[in-house]
Amino acid sequence: MTESAFTYEARGQALVIHLPGELDHHNCRNLRYETDLLLAENYITRLVFDFSKTVFMDSSGIGILLNRYKQMEGSGGKVAIYGAGPRILRVLNIGGIGKLVPCYDSKEAAIEGGGRQMIPGGKLWEQR
Amino acid sequence: MGTEMRRENQCEGEKKKEIMRMELESLSENEEFARVAVAMFMSRMDPTMEEIDDVKTAVSEAVTNGVIHGYQGKAGIIYIEVAIEGRELTVTVRDRGVGIQDVKKAMEPMYTTDVTGERSGMGFSFMEAFMDLVEVLSTPGEGTWVTMKKQIGR
Repeated sequence: MTESAFTYEARGQALVIHLPGELDHHNCRNLRYETDLLLAENYITRLVFDFSKTVFMDSSGIGILLNRYKQMEGSGGKVAIYGAGPRILRVLNIGGIGKLVPCYDSKEAAIEGGGRQMIPGGKLWEQR
Repeated sequence: MGTEMRRENQCEGEKKKEIMRMELESLSENEEFARVAVAMFMSRMDPTMEEIDDVKTAVSEAVTNGVIHGYQGKAGIIYIEVAIEGRELTVTVRDRGVGIQDVKKAMEPMYTTDVTGERSGMGFSFMEAFMDLVEVLSTPGEGTWVTMKKQIGR
């Protein structure tokens, strides 16, 4: 009865999760089951969340990001974000995600890691 | 989907008070409807996009609490009242669910009763971050009453 709000894209050892327009409790319900299944069946070292379509997020989004972060930490993997607009960056920072998960300006940069990251306000900074 | 909306105009002194009331079934799919309806109603205050987004997030948190914690995913009604008085917006979200044993503890950042790990425990912190004032009254076995206020157009 429930159609998944998420679409998944495999890129080598990276799994890109395209998030819906509204990231709330209702839309987050299937994510755990789906990602657990994909992580169990594939060798994934990097989870990349695509926020480019997302215009709304509440603390439910923080919950799923934190849990995926802990999950990947446990297996030595990494989590990254790209495509977040100013509103989403604000919510991510209030939720404390900004310190844990790097935000990038493009999918390729998020898959690659390191280098150019976004900071709150949408400006770029060079890491290292 | 069991939605009921009313609008009333009251005269209180010289300030006009406008009120909208909604009764929604406690279903996760109504979380989006609730925040969008509140956003539509407050649009007459000529708020900024940021103010609208702040209120939508806070309403989403309060309604989600009602669905998950108040009614524990079971059937019930969530009552929402939105009042506009001058520049002040007041949103009340109420459920007749199980209530909260220790409100102070429930409002601590990162506190959650959820065992799946999927919930951040930041619902009340988010309401407090995005609104000027958040008040929570709860009686175990009777339900929870969340009142949030925000000045619009400061």
